[in-house]
Amino acid sequence: MAFIELKNIDAGYVKGSPVLKDFNLSVEKGELISLLGPSGCGKTTTLRTIAGFILAEQGSVIIGGKDYTKIPPNKRNIGLVFQNYALFPHLSVFENVAYGLKRRKVDKSLIKTKVSAVLELVSLTGFEDRLPAQLSGGQRQRVALARSVVIEPDLLLLDEPLSNLDAKLRDEMRAELSRLQHQLGITMIYVTHDQIEALSLSSKIIVMNEGLIEQIGTPETIYERPATSFVAKFMGFDNSIKGKIESLDKKFFLINVDGKIIKAVRTEKTDLTTDENVSIFFRPEDSFLISKEEENSLPVSVNYSNFQGGSTRYSVTSGKTELSAEMPGKNNKMGKYEFIKILPEKLIIERVKA
Amino acid sequence: MRNNKLFTAILILMFIFLLGPFLVIIIASFGSETIMRFPPKGFAMTWYEKAFAIKMFRTTFLISLKTGLAATFTALVMGIPAAYAMVRHNFPGKSKVELFFSAPAIVPGLVVGFALLRFFIYYTKMPVIMGLYLGHTAILFPYTVRVVSASLRNFDPSVEEAAVSLGSSPLHSFIAVVLPNIRSGVIAAFILAFITSFNNVPISLFLTGPGVSTLPIQMLVYMEYYFDPTIAALSSILIVFTVIIIQSAEKVLGISRYM
Repeated sequence: MAFIELKNIDAGYVKGSPVLKDFNLSVEKGELISLLGPSGCGKTTTLRTIAGFILAEQGSVIIGGKDYTKIPPNKRNIGLVFQNYALFPHLSVFENVAYGLKRRKVDKSLIKTKVSAVLELVSLTGFEDRLPAQLSGGQRQRVALARSVVIEPDLLLLDEPLSNLDAKLRDEMRAELSRLQHQLGITMIYVTHDQIEALSLSSKIIVMNEGLIEQIGTPETIYERPATSFVAKFMGFDNSIKGKIESLDKKFFLINVDGKIIKAVRTEKTDLTTDENVSIFFRPEDSFLISKEEENSLPVSVNYSNFQGGSTRYSVTSGKTELSAEMPGKNNKMGKYEFIKILPEKLIIERVKA
Repeated sequence: MRNNKLFTAILILMFIFLLGPFLVIIIASFGSETIMRFPPKGFAMTWYEKAFAIKMFRTTFLISLKTGLAATFTALVMGIPAAYAMVRHNFPGKSKVELFFSAPAIVPGLVVGFALLRFFIYYTKMPVIMGLYLGHTAILFPYTVRVVSASLRNFDPSVEEAAVSLGSSPLHSFIAVVLPNIRSGVIAAFILAFITSFNNVPISLFLTGPGVSTLPIQMLVYMEYYFDPTIAALSSILIVFTVIIIQSAEKVLGISRYM
C-alpha cells in the first residue's frame, strides 16, 4: 500500500455538494507530487482534506497505514506551508520555528539545537530575533518552511507557496525547495497552478479539473503527451485545429485537414477510428513557418508578429482557424511564410464530442 | 480656488457646530456667578471645588465606574467568542443572529431600558445595582462584538490553521495566536464600551433606583434643582478625560480603524 491513500473521498466546503467526488489518490513515501490545475479544480480541497481542515464526508484518508479520516488536524503531524506564509506576527523567527516543538513538549535545550539547525538549513542563521514584519517575502517563506519541517512531519503540504513572490525570488525558492526535498527526503504534496513549478519540482504531477483527476504522470509525460485536451491546453498546447481521420495504422493517424493530410503519432491506447472528427492540439513552439509546402504542413497567412526577445511569436490564419507559431530569432521575412509545419510526434489528438 | 474657500468655510461652520457647545461649557465652568451664563463674568475655580465636594457625585461616579468596568468586562468575555463565531464560521441563520446581536444598538435606549425594567427587573426583584450591571452589559455587548469582529476580519485565518497544524488545539491557537494579534481591537472595544456605559442615560434612567444612581443621572437630577456652573465644571472634567483616553488610544493602537 502506498504511503498516503485517499480512497473514495467525498469532500468539500458545503455539506451535500462536495468539490471532490469519489476521489482517489496515492502517494509513495519520499515523493514530491504536484497537484496542478486552475483555481476551483479541487487541488486545495484535496490538500485541506489531507491536512484535516476539511473532514471527508465519505471515504478514507490513510497515511502510513493509519486511518486518519476522523483525526483532527492538530493530531496529524503534517507540515503545512501557506501561500501567504501565515507566520505568527507577534512571535520572533525563533519562536515561530519553535512553536511546534513546544507543543510537542520537546526539551528546551533540544528546541534550541533543532531550531538553529533548521534555520541554518534555510540560511536564516542570525535572524532569530526578528519579527516576521521585518523580513522580506522570501525570508518569510523560508521561516514558514523551517517552521513546518522542524517538527519532522510525516509529510509536508505546500499550498502555492511561491505565488506571492516575484519572479526572481520564485526561481530561487524553487531551487531551494528542491534541495530541501532531496536533503530531507520528506514526502511532499505541492499545490500549484503554475506548470513550470510543477514540471521542475515534482517526481509526479496530478492534473486536476473540476474535482477530477485528468492525468497522472511524470513531468515529461505530462509535458510531452497530455492525455486530454484539458491537460494539453493547460500545458501550452494553445493551437487546435479540426480534421477527420482518413486512415490509421499501428503507428500513425492520417488526418484530413481542409484537404491536406496531417500525420500524427498514435501512442496512447485509443479507440479513435476512421471517419471520426478530431481536434489536433500542438504548441506554438513546435510549429514552424516555412515558405514552401512540405510534408505535414498547412497553408497559412501571417497576420502579425510579436518580438519576444529570444524568439518571435506569429499569429497566423489557416482556413478559418487562428494559430500561433513561435520561432527563435527575430522576424525578418514575415511576408514569405506561406505554410505552417507540424511534427507528427508533437501532436495530441482528441475526439470532437458530438 | 473659490471652491476651496467655500469648503473651508463649511468646514469651519461644521467644527463650530460640533465643538462649539463643548467650548461654551468649558468656558462657562470658570464663571464666578451662581448662575451659569455665557460669556461668564469673572473667573473662579469654585465650581470645580464644589463638584468634587458634593458627595452624591463622588458616590455615583464610583457606581458609574464600577458598573462600566464590570459591564464592559462581561460584554467582552461574551463578545469575543461571539465575534469569533460570526467571523470564522458559517451556520444556518447567521444573519438573523447578527441582527439579534446588534438589536440593542439599534432599538432606542429608552425602549431597551423600559423593556428591561418591566419584564426583567420587576419579575426577578434583583438588587438595583445588579439590574444596572446587566442592563449595561446588554447594551455594550453589540459594541464589543462589532469592534472585535472588525479586528478578527483583518487577521488571516491561515495563521490559526498554521498553529493547529503544528499541534495546537483550536482553543489553544485562539489563546496563543489569535488573542495576542487582536489585542488592539480588544482594547479599542474596551474603551468604546466603557465610554458608552459611562455616558449612558436612557438605560440607566430606568434601571437606577433609590440610593443607587449613575453619574450622568445624578447630574440630570442636580440640574433639575440648581443651575449653577457645577455641572459645567463636572462636564468639562469628563470631556477632558474622554479626550485624553481616546487620543492616547488612537496614538498607541489606532483604534479608529475599528469604529
